[in-house]
Amino acid sequence: MATRTSTIVHKQSANPSFLKATFAIIWKDVAAEFRSREIFSAMLVFSLLVILIFNFALELDIVTRQSVTAGVLWVTFAFAGTLGLNRSMAVEKDRGCLDGLLLAPVDRAAIYFGKVISNLVFMLIVEAIVLPVYSFLYNVNLFNPGLLLVILLGSIGYIAVGTLLASMAIQARTRDVLLPILLFPVAIPVLIAAVKASEGFLAGSDFSTIYAPLSLLIGYDVIFTAIPYMVFDYVVEE
Amino acid sequence: MQSKPPALKILDISSVLVLAIATYLALIYAPEEAVMGQVQRVFYFHIGTAWTGLLGFLFAAGLGIVYLVKQDIKWDIAGVAAVEISAVFFLITIMLGSIWARPIWNTWWTWDPRLTTAAITELIYIAYFMLREGIEDPDRRARFGAVYTLIGGISAPITFFAIRLFRTIHPVVIGGGDPNAQGTFAMTPHMEVAFFFGLFAFTVIFIDLFWNRIRMGQLAAKVEQLKLNLMH
Repeated sequence: MATRTSTIVHKQSANPSFLKATFAIIWKDVAAEFRSREIFSAMLVFSLLVILIFNFALELDIVTRQSVTAGVLWVTFAFAGTLGLNRSMAVEKDRGCLDGLLLAPVDRAAIYFGKVISNLVFMLIVEAIVLPVYSFLYNVNLFNPGLLLVILLGSIGYIAVGTLLASMAIQARTRDVLLPILLFPVAIPVLIAAVKASEGFLAGSDFSTIYAPLSLLIGYDVIFTAIPYMVFDYVVEE
Repeated sequence: MQSKPPALKILDISSVLVLAIATYLALIYAPEEAVMGQVQRVFYFHIGTAWTGLLGFLFAAGLGIVYLVKQDIKWDIAGVAAVEISAVFFLITIMLGSIWARPIWNTWWTWDPRLTTAAITELIYIAYFMLREGIEDPDRRARFGAVYTLIGGISAPITFFAIRLFRTIHPVVIGGGDPNAQGTFAMTPHMEVAFFFGLFAFTVIFIDLFWNRIRMGQLAAKVEQLKLNLMH
């Protein structure tokens, strides 16, 4: 018994490893979301409404659909993503959780990556529901491995930079309106590349035309995961 | 309050002078372009303001990095100065470009890489000011501003590259010949004088405004400090 207590004390005094801390934050977010479902349901319903509005705004007849599907999908994901990012960070701020997180003896970067991955999980779940619904409503086959890869890469880049900017936006007075204004101009490369690559895969184009936007997406993901990793400390510092 | 340093006064007067000379060179000295006519003269100021706007933007990103490393408010004051001046210069560039594009490209605007990137850069500037506007604590405002200029400074070139994946019609006058460009031309020696003097003039004006704006920022910080002292 005595040895057991001592090992526990030992474990508590040592700082948790980077991976463990990241995983703890993801787990906390997923568990909280599983119980409340506020972010997820808002994002999902919002996405479906956007698709519905596009139907009337663009008159999505069979010819138009071929050319605009990629654009409609990415506009929907971008808008829904902003909604989710804002909410996910605002929850931390409102209930004072962010201060608690910052007091925890873990690397701040672990907090950033934990938030990125949990935001990414919500976004991917929403996308996984929106895609079949869109296929069903507009009779377009979206089950294309290439398209799924583009959606994954595009979401990573969008969420990586979005999580950093959301943690700045929630600390400002005008927080709810600020995030899209900060995020859209700097996320434009990822949206351009994602739309181009998605269009290419949906049209079944030759890989040589898809190669450029796809490599741009990967490059953006790498750069905009590395930069927030370096500057996240300055954003949450009191 | 310290009075204006003499060097700055000299710089003020010289910027007015170089602007006058640049105007003379652009409007009278440089010959009329054979194909495009008088509207081509917009080019001398268009390049000058674009150059300083771009320079200020990269400069601001650099100052942002310096601020994050040093954590000294003076770098933030310089950063705001750089962003503010280049935001105005970039707006002038876009407007002058539109005036030129109307007769030459037959449209005020086209979604060309350079034009689109310029518009997005201008939006990044506006977002930067809105972000600063919403934060009261000066240190946090400075940190967020520095982070955002850094993110914007990296994202803008990528945007340019991303749109470059499509074709461009913007002319490249110095060192480059895209066969798809419309409205390109070769410069005569007189035009070159006006062109390079325009670049020089706007660089001087930029430095002058930059210096004045830093002084203004320092005074504003002082006023803010005095107000805080008064309240406590």
